[in-house]
Amino acid sequence: MSFSWARPYEPKHPVMRWLDERLPLPRLVYGAIGGGYPVPRNLNYWWNFGVLAGIFLTIQIVTGIVLAMHYFATGDGAFNSVNGLIMRDVNAGWLLRYAHMNGASFFFIVTYIHIFRGLYYGSYKAPRELVWMLGLVIYLLMMATAFMGYVLPWGQMSYWGAQVITGFFSAFPLIGEPLRVWLLGGYAPDQAALTRFFSLHYLLPFVIAGVVILHIWALHIPGSGNPTGVDVKSEKDTLPFHPFYTAKDGWFAAFVLLLYAVVTFYAPNYLGHPDNYIPANPLATPAHIVPEWYFWPFYAILRSFTIDFILPAKLWGVLAMFGSILLLFFLPWLDKSPVRSGSYRPVFKRFFWLLVADIVILGYVGGAPLNWWRTALGQIASAYYFVHFLVILPLVSAFETPDPLPSSISSSVLHGEEAEAAPAGQTKPRRGSVATAG
Amino acid sequence: MATQSAEGSTTTGHAGEGEGVRRRDFLNVAAVSFAGVGTVAALAPLLVQMAPSADVLALATTEIDISKVQPGQGIKTQWRKQPVFVRNLTPKEIAEADAVAMGDLRDPETLAQRTKPGHKNWLITLGVCTHLGCVPLGIGDGENKGPYGGYFCPCHGSMYDTAARIRQGPAPKNLLVPDYKFLSPTTVQIG
Repeated sequence: MSFSWARPYEPKHPVMRWLDERLPLPRLVYGAIGGGYPVPRNLNYWWNFGVLAGIFLTIQIVTGIVLAMHYFATGDGAFNSVNGLIMRDVNAGWLLRYAHMNGASFFFIVTYIHIFRGLYYGSYKAPRELVWMLGLVIYLLMMATAFMGYVLPWGQMSYWGAQVITGFFSAFPLIGEPLRVWLLGGYAPDQAALTRFFSLHYLLPFVIAGVVILHIWALHIPGSGNPTGVDVKSEKDTLPFHPFYTAKDGWFAAFVLLLYAVVTFYAPNYLGHPDNYIPANPLATPAHIVPEWYFWPFYAILRSFTIDFILPAKLWGVLAMFGSILLLFFLPWLDKSPVRSGSYRPVFKRFFWLLVADIVILGYVGGAPLNWWRTALGQIASAYYFVHFLVILPLVSAFETPDPLPSSISSSVLHGEEAEAAPAGQTKPRRGSVATAG
Repeated sequence: MATQSAEGSTTTGHAGEGEGVRRRDFLNVAAVSFAGVGTVAALAPLLVQMAPSADVLALATTEIDISKVQPGQGIKTQWRKQPVFVRNLTPKEIAEADAVAMGDLRDPETLAQRTKPGHKNWLITLGVCTHLGCVPLGIGDGENKGPYGGYFCPCHGSMYDTAARIRQGPAPKNLLVPDYKFLSPTTVQIG
């Protein structure tokens, strides 16, 4: 689609030719994920995680549709339908439920790696700003879907999760409390909330699938980025998606699905919380209430605000939490460096890893019970998160001297093999070639 | 494709083009087959989850008390969520059923074959018309028993006789006799 040397779709079988003239669906697939999509030849394993996210979205939709066949969205029946009917009585129900539970965690794991890949290699920069922003939309939809799905088993964590998360909205002045009551359809989570969460939990994954199509469409206009961040210049820089990247994605998917199977079969509740096996009780909150692990960093930011300063602390916490994600929509304009890849940005690279460490610390603080030093640590880490994006990144992109970029993708990949293959003394090794490679 | 064969010939080294199976072909077939078998295995739980679950199968036997059913009366009960007709036949109804020639029946069975020895007056059948599954009339007091004195299906007009055998109408088979046994002269276990 994007490059002149992209192979056109040429149906050989008369039936395929007949179909192509009427509904060119095979042509679309060929151009999107087949031999007709040229991809930079130097992609490393960090580029496998987008396809993996697609695989986990599919797993979640398939297992979710099946679980919905056995689930009762009623205050009386929800807990028993999940923990009694599905886990004990439905054929293979335990497997489908654990696959869905851990599928959500793995979906977030691969998505987080995919996002950090984008942050390190500058995948958000021109001309891929919309790819990045559509990805953030997918991420927000994933968070909403995961939250509502966690409410459905109607255990203690489900119930109090629903109470706390909808409580975010009550922080807004004037409209807050009416908004919360409207969202819940009551004063506390109950039948009305459960039924609407179930409805939306079923709907949103299909919305995600729709935005995924836009995400891939926007990606295919400039084509995939690559670890050097250098634009594709000639056919020598690319390989057709099929069979090269289908094979690599296939092998890596098999590897990650193996890890997924290990967790699903041997430690299915490792990533969950035991309190969710206690039926919802509107009169008693669990002593230590935390969201699922993938929300911990944001939960830490929420809890960091303990003092009223102009606005109430509660509102600051909610604004900062939403702001920490909305901020990322402006990333293409906060980081002005023309060099995309972090590999050629010595200062940026250090701050990138500092940001990763900062988010890991936020995750730890968000998941652990609060005490004085964890609160202080969370406040420092939250502040650093915003400082990174709003201060450090603009300054680094203004003052940093990037390393020299390779002249092309192929020259960065072929570490002088051309020279080695030539008769002795006829070709000089290129600049940047690595003698020890291979 | 050209790229593939070019690479293949360089990796195999000793085996030239068209000389039996290349190593790369073997790897391709093995990898794709492995993925195919895995996909089929993953489909199994998605299919078996639709089959009756353990709590549904747990209802597969039902005990009924028939001590209150007088001759000429019947009761309707449930087994596996399906209606069951239990009828105490009068001597006249038994005689009518025995009088029918086998050649006149679409699904030839005698009343004796459709009841338990020593309990010929107890006709126990599913109340599910063998045509398309409606519940026939005739078990309750005053319901239309049809011209043969047994059951009459209001959906498409199938008519059953006093042994619940199909006599006229679209149904292909007699009303089904479930597996059951007498636990005592007044208690029957179905299923």
